[in-house]
Amino acid sequence: MSNSENQTPLVEIKDLSIAFGGIKAVDHASLDLFPGEVVAILGHNGAGKSTLIKILSGAYKRDGGEIFVNGEKADINNPRDAKKYGIETIYQTLAVADNVDAAANLYLGREILTSYGTLDDTAMEAEARKVMGRLNPNFQRFKEPVSKLSGGQRQSVAIARAILFNAKILIMDEPTAALGPQETEQVGQLIHQLKKDGIGIFLISHDIHDVFDLADRVAVMKNGKMVGYAKTTDVTKDEVLGMIILGKCPDGAIPGPGAMQEA
Amino acid sequence: MNSLNNSVGADKVENEGIFTRFLRATEIDARLLGMIAALIMIWVGFHLYGLLVNGFGAFLTPRNLWNLSVQTASVAVMATGMVLVIVTRHIDLSVGSILGFSATAMAIMQVWILPEILGLGHPLIWVITVIFGLMVGCAIGAIHGYLIAYLGIPAFIVTLGGLLVWRGATFLLARGETIAPVDATFTKLGGGPYGAIGATGSWIVGLLACLALLGLLWQGRRKRVQFNFPQRPIWAETFLAIAGCAIIVGIVMLVNAYYWPKGIVRQYAEANNIDTPVSEIFISHGFAIPVLIMLAVGVMMTFLTTRTRFGRYVFAIGGNPEAAELAGIKTRWVTVKIFALMGTLCGLSAVIASARLGSASISLGTLDELYVIAAAVIGGTSFAGGVGTIYGAILGALLMQSLQAGMVLIGFDAAMQQMVVGSVLVFAVWIDTMYRRRAK
Ligand SMILES: Nc1ncnc2c1ncn2[C@@H]1O[C@H](COP(=O)(O)OP(=O)(O)OP(=O)(O)O)[C@@H](O)[C@H]1O
Ligand SMILES: [Mg+2]
Repeated sequence: MSNSENQTPLVEIKDLSIAFGGIKAVDHASLDLFPGEVVAILGHNGAGKSTLIKILSGAYKRDGGEIFVNGEKADINNPRDAKKYGIETIYQTLAVADNVDAAANLYLGREILTSYGTLDDTAMEAEARKVMGRLNPNFQRFKEPVSKLSGGQRQSVAIARAILFNAKILIMDEPTAALGPQETEQVGQLIHQLKKDGIGIFLISHDIHDVFDLADRVAVMKNGKMVGYAKTTDVTKDEVLGMIILGKCPDGAIPGPGAMQEA
Repeated sequence: MNSLNNSVGADKVENEGIFTRFLRATEIDARLLGMIAALIMIWVGFHLYGLLVNGFGAFLTPRNLWNLSVQTASVAVMATGMVLVIVTRHIDLSVGSILGFSATAMAIMQVWILPEILGLGHPLIWVITVIFGLMVGCAIGAIHGYLIAYLGIPAFIVTLGGLLVWRGATFLLARGETIAPVDATFTKLGGGPYGAIGATGSWIVGLLACLALLGLLWQGRRKRVQFNFPQRPIWAETFLAIAGCAIIVGIVMLVNAYYWPKGIVRQYAEANNIDTPVSEIFISHGFAIPVLIMLAVGVMMTFLTTRTRFGRYVFAIGGNPEAAELAGIKTRWVTVKIFALMGTLCGLSAVIASARLGSASISLGTLDELYVIAAAVIGGTSFAGGVGTIYGAILGALLMQSLQAGMVLIGFDAAMQQMVVGSVLVFAVWIDTMYRRRAK
């Protein structure tokens, strides 16, 4: 965090908590993100990664804690609020509307209208062709409902939707899980490009190699708690695996409340 | 016999290739053609039955088809709203009761209240009454929508309750009476010789419809060219233009071929001091006003579902409610709007139904929910959500009404009719399920 110490973080999450019934899915988790930075959130299945970012994207209401955007307290109660702060999300479940086409999905909730206030489908399709061309040049099925597309194509649609509206903060929950090698490479390049544009990215992934390629820092969660934070240059992959599996915080990392207590 | 079967089969496969190509080029929905085929089968079937059994085919006559169009209007108007309800994976069982309640509220307004204030036969009575009726329907629908969207009570339960509540309220409001007679201008909204626009008016409507069709085709093509999207082949565009206009002209000729009954003509001749013998006067009905209302509703609802944000949201919610919410759509508010719209359309159908009857009986609209749901489903609206069209629902309503009218012609009694309608509903959903499973 040294190089960014005197900058205001793009996002700062403080002591966020949420419980489903008795399960503390996220338990006093804190995290920050700076412009042009990629922070990977890691953890075992059910660690609370998706839940944490869903609070940030307005899908869930938090039980406690605060969110700051550009140093100012943000009031995020639903997905519309999050979008107002420039937070765009690619959900693990993709969350695409299956029965409308790709263009309609990209613009869902933010349609382009004609001067009469009606939907401008042709303009939306034209824009959709541009964005998808950048992301997945092989993609041609613009007229089909998204349910007819392959898993990877649907994922491309979900990614395109998130980058279409000049996001400042991008949340990617396992964005390449369904993608082929070429498309994954494309997403990697996209992430580099977005970084250069000064966009902050939260990346959730189980692929430790990808994470070390793409991320500047990692944050590891275990059972809803933060185990620790580390720059990818300060720790080895094995040490990060130790954080994920055992909750053991190595020397190069800053421990969080979920770190295994040394006896 | 065997070889004949084979050749027919082989022929079919070959034709299918051309046929599929035709469908793709014209972008006509295969389902639409299926529906039209079913409709023609029903019409011809009942006509032939009449020919063979009674020696007179009463079905395919201008008179019967004209009446059919008027009878269809009320159910069709509600079916267009039911499309949106079912598309978002809800159901509305209360439409018949909302219709009954709105009709009674309107009857009280124009029979008991307004004449006291404005004087009997005041020209504003029907206007105020209609607006009032629409508002009543809208309010009831909005209440249902609120209970469903914000309190999370399933639509099935809310509207099942509504079915009883509003029928009961109708009974209380009308004190068990049939309220009549309604305002004279108001009755024209229900059709009849005076509630139709005549030959010239119908030709004007037909002409406008043809122009609109050509305009839409042309504009669609221009936009595709502008953005360099794939276009329909010219022959397909020409076919759509010619076939569309031919159908419109045919319908105008049909409604104009149904003349006023002699009794009405005599009245009219006497009132206007016409000396020509009644047997030589032919006055065309032309389009009935309720049919024009239905067509206007069809156009407006099609516009709403395909060209506006609201429509887009309705279908997005139907396809994946969670995704719609995450995309930032106010899904609950959209749900309230859908049910309020459904209620408003029930109010409009109440106008048509009570105007046609000339009164509001407390049982008006009973069992309409079945016809309306059946119309929407036959028209291709899927209970799985996210799929449905307005024109399909209107055609579905026409199909249901054709069945009903045909059964009356044949002489089926009410019990038998109910059994057929119920079975058709179940059958239609089964066909839909099969169709979708195969389409996957
Ligand atoms: N809507 C919900 N209702 C109840 N429990 C939930 C809900 N969402 C998540 N949970 C629970 O919260 C915990 C954290 O889930 P979460 O989806 O955040 O895990 P994750 O870290 O994203 O895992 P994965 O790597 O499998 O995606 C899990 O125990 C899960 O069962
Ligand atoms: Mg997850």
